[in-house]
Amino acid sequence: MIIDTNENKPQDTLKDIRNIMERSTRFLSLSGWSGIWAGLVALGGCIISFALLQNYYQRYDLRGTFNTDDYLNLRNNLFYLGISVFVIALAGAYLFTLRKVKKQGLNVWNTASKRFLANLLIPIFAGGWMIISFLYFGDWQYVAPSCLVFYGLGLINASKFTLDDIRYLGFIEVALGGICLFFPALGLYFWSLGFGILHIIYGIVMWRKYDKNEKN
Amino acid sequence: MRKEIEQLNKIFDSRLRIGIMSALVVNESMNFNELKALIDATDGNLATHLKTLEDNGFIKVQKGFIGRKTNTLYAITKAGEKAFRSHLDALEKIIKNLG
Repeated sequence: MIIDTNENKPQDTLKDIRNIMERSTRFLSLSGWSGIWAGLVALGGCIISFALLQNYYQRYDLRGTFNTDDYLNLRNNLFYLGISVFVIALAGAYLFTLRKVKKQGLNVWNTASKRFLANLLIPIFAGGWMIISFLYFGDWQYVAPSCLVFYGLGLINASKFTLDDIRYLGFIEVALGGICLFFPALGLYFWSLGFGILHIIYGIVMWRKYDKNEKN
Repeated sequence: MRKEIEQLNKIFDSRLRIGIMSALVVNESMNFNELKALIDATDGNLATHLKTLEDNGFIKVQKGFIGRKTNTLYAITKAGEKAFRSHLDALEKIIKNLG
């Protein structure tokens, strides 16, 4: 609450100004737990994918021939798994951040958070559309690297409206995606690293930096 | 020192008005509720200060609608930005002289 008096020291006034400018343009309440959650969900998704692929190849070897139905089945399962992982990771990340916002007594929907979200989602949706076309035409090898690159670009784009640290996570994701392009067979490993491990590390670093010292 | 204090704008004596100006100087426009949440003021108090700033030509008000609900947007004017920046400069000078 701003108390209206005329006896404020100029230092305090400047502090107020800086605080309001920052709060009105940046969404600073991202929780470290959101990153940890997203990372764990992604890792879980990768483990299920590995299992699905392994089962598929086992059946393939047993049969000795390619089976279209089995292949289409695998493709659908992987697609729905990917969508589920995305939704569960996002929903959990939102809830952890909502909890932090509530604790700080702030509102989750304000100009800053809307800008942050819009800037994050624009590259992600553009990338998602491209990835749908890759899946449609069967260009599997580009799916994993594109996910990483566009997600990284989303983070870099959104970093202007939130904690600066997110920018570096974005750079690493883009770089990982760039490398992954040349190792198409290792896509799932790059995915586990980029979406799983990196998120967990990032979440822990953020938690130590911003959340740990906050009163509960 | 005296000269700098005289340069401080009397209209920006209030922390609420300073708050409004700080938010509007870095945002293209904000509506009433966004300002209210940011500055944590009561409706009446915020409206009074917005009116003062508007009367001084520091902010402009644009009445619009979202569906059937009124959505009033506030934005800073050129004059407002200039006045606010020179107020900040004066504040900075005072702090420098103190230190």
